[in-house]
Amino acid sequence: MRIIDKVTRVDRRGFLKTTAGAAAIAAIAPATSGSALAGPLSTVSADGAATLVKMARDIYPHDRLADSFYRTAVTTIDADVVASKSATLLSDGVKALDEAAQKLKGTRYVDIADESDRLAALRTIEGSAFFAKMRGSLVTALYNQKELWPKLGYEGSSFDKGGYIERGFNDIDWL
Amino acid sequence: MAKFDLTDDSVVVVIGSGAGGGTLSNELAQKGINVVCLEAGGRYENSDFINDEWDSFAQLAWADMRTTSGSWRVAKDFPNLPAWIVKAVGGSTTHWAGASLRFQDHEWKARTTYGDVKGAALIDWPIDGAEMAPWYAKAEDKMGTTGTNGIPRLPGNNNFKVLHAGATKIGYKEVHTGNMSINSQPRDDRTSCHQLGFCFQGCKMGAKWSTLYTEIPKGEQTGHLEVRPNSQVLQIEHNAKGKVTGVVYADKEGKLQRQAARLIAVAGNSIESPRLLLNSHSTMFPDGLANGSGHVGKHYMRHTTGSVYAVFDKPVHMYRGTTMAGIVKDEARFDPTRGFVGGYEMETLSLGVPFMAAFLNPGAWGRDFTWFLDRYDHMAGLWIVGEDMPQESNRITLSPDKKDAFGMPVANVHFDDHPNDVAMRTHAYKQGAAIYDAVGALKTFATPPYPSTHNLGSNRMSEKPADGVVNKWGQTHEVKNLFVSDGSQFTSGASENPTLTIVALAIRQAHHVAELMAKNEV
Ligand SMILES: Cc1cc2nc3c(=O)[nH]c(=O)nc-3n(C[C@H](O)[C@H](O)[C@H](O)COP(=O)(O)OP(=O)(O)OC[C@H]3O[C@@H](n4cnc5c(N)ncnc54)[C@H](O)[C@@H]3O)c2cc1C
Ligand code: SF4
Repeated sequence: MRIIDKVTRVDRRGFLKTTAGAAAIAAIAPATSGSALAGPLSTVSADGAATLVKMARDIYPHDRLADSFYRTAVTTIDADVVASKSATLLSDGVKALDEAAQKLKGTRYVDIADESDRLAALRTIEGSAFFAKMRGSLVTALYNQKELWPKLGYEGSSFDKGGYIERGFNDIDWL
Repeated sequence: MAKFDLTDDSVVVVIGSGAGGGTLSNELAQKGINVVCLEAGGRYENSDFINDEWDSFAQLAWADMRTTSGSWRVAKDFPNLPAWIVKAVGGSTTHWAGASLRFQDHEWKARTTYGDVKGAALIDWPIDGAEMAPWYAKAEDKMGTTGTNGIPRLPGNNNFKVLHAGATKIGYKEVHTGNMSINSQPRDDRTSCHQLGFCFQGCKMGAKWSTLYTEIPKGEQTGHLEVRPNSQVLQIEHNAKGKVTGVVYADKEGKLQRQAARLIAVAGNSIESPRLLLNSHSTMFPDGLANGSGHVGKHYMRHTTGSVYAVFDKPVHMYRGTTMAGIVKDEARFDPTRGFVGGYEMETLSLGVPFMAAFLNPGAWGRDFTWFLDRYDHMAGLWIVGEDMPQESNRITLSPDKKDAFGMPVANVHFDDHPNDVAMRTHAYKQGAAIYDAVGALKTFATPPYPSTHNLGSNRMSEKPADGVVNKWGQTHEVKNLFVSDGSQFTSGASENPTLTIVALAIRQAHHVAELMAKNEV
């Protein structure tokens, strides 16, 4: 059965065992690391941006995904907010989230080490327009990144590759 | 290609170019009748289609505003997207999956078979299975439906194989790759399915039947059909005798035009068709055209739907190959011992990562949600499609305050589940999960109904004028030269996907309209 390698790995033999092809190659492309954003955001400070990236990961946590995907998503949402008439939505939201974090753990949201503690803070603002905007926009801002698809095992466009008729549409072998 | 004058009042005007309108237009043109087909959306060809869920959605879907009300979950999660249907030449037959099933005989007689279901406004269709059989046969031949006319069924993909293994293990007998209007071998100058897996995004191979590249070009070749894309009809006009005389539409520049007509057929799908009739009110028809009985917009149905997705220990890759790759038919029977009337089908379904993220469990977040997406390639999925109960209060109305770009009030879609719908869905979720549990699912998930893809019943067909909007030919009870030609004619929904029936009704209607015209009765 033709498998999509979802894991970022350096093991050459693991790589060679998987099929070649754009999807598999994209899947093993090195994940960028580091915490700097691609560029500064328009509606939030650098600190605020780091909070949003952490929040994005806590909303849709995929341990397999590098921070870069969440950063790209946050950048998309920021651009969206610039275009709308609610330019302070994100910066106000970060403030509210940090206040909630202070109240619960006495520290900023990004500095809470434990995921479950951060979730407790997040839940206190779950009903806010800020949370709704972040969660709702992430659905496309995160999951519509083509580079992310192979990480979840999805191969994207297939017409250009002749469809799956010769590429495993019926290759299940474990039933 | 024909071109007709705006003042030519000998033409038939067909509104909408989808399953109903596209088929009717071609059938009339083949008989030498001149047709102007007005289509609100643009014209895209196979090569324009995009193998990308959101980009394709942006290209083809009806994204103009609609509003919602009622207790259905769609109203909360997608308040301005009650339906997932198309605004383009070819209508929703560009997006559709291709499942083409005949009604079962008893489903034409829902009131008689099911009895008096409290809160349901059931009536019998004024036609039956015997009357429809020859029209179904013509439709299957036209569409190249697999499993009919000696056309082999499609090969099963991975998603189907999981369904088949589970379903047969728990004792289901009628499990196969369906009756699909997708070429399993080249036919009708179209190639066969290459298992792209983007059936919902417009079939780039042209293997799947769509009026866009079958009916419409065939009609155009006769010299009797002119299709005008980017032409949204805003109002239907009538004369002092109460006969319709033409339509006012906005052309691609947004300029208003008036096209005269001898006869008008409305086929804008079940939200837009009643919207247009309601918006065509006048002093003679104060509640809208053909609405003397007050039924226009009422009894809107959307099938009782839902999905079950299952995650397995080992990979499936359900997205490879035809989206609707197989069916379990055993639950489609009438058997009230299950706690509900009507039946349901289970059909494989797959969404790509972008749509799965949006529709698996709208609004959900956190690890419970991402657990599924992390195992996307280990998922299998099915869709439930069952008969829902017509209810008077499930209804399309004109928004009192929201208007579209042309100043036309937008449609509001009100929907509440009937208790029978809820009982059926609960049963179907359980059976769907049982299928996957039988082959070792780690977890299954009951996904709520998507925005409606099957929109039906809002101009229903009835024997008596007091019970509905159109007669057994789709001719409005009130206006002789006004017809309805899409799924809004449906008297009841049945458990089958609707398009084969829409097409069969359109072929039959064309035959009747031609006769009436020849006899000068319209
Ligand atoms: C994703 C998806 C999958 C589906 N799969 C299946 C399946 O497997 N089997 C099945 O049987 N059915 C399926 N369906 C449903 C099927 O597509 C519809 O039932 C069918 O196309 C409805 O036909 P119709 O003629 O009523 O409307 P449509 O095909 O939607 O056509 C209506 C057309 O009218 C146009 N229009 C509307 N208002 C106006 C106006 N005022 N002026 C001018 N033009 C107007 C619209 O733009 C549209 O192009 C699916 C639908 C979707 C969205
Ligand atoms: S799977 Fe087959 S029917 Fe579907 S888009 Fe591909 S070629 Fe067309």
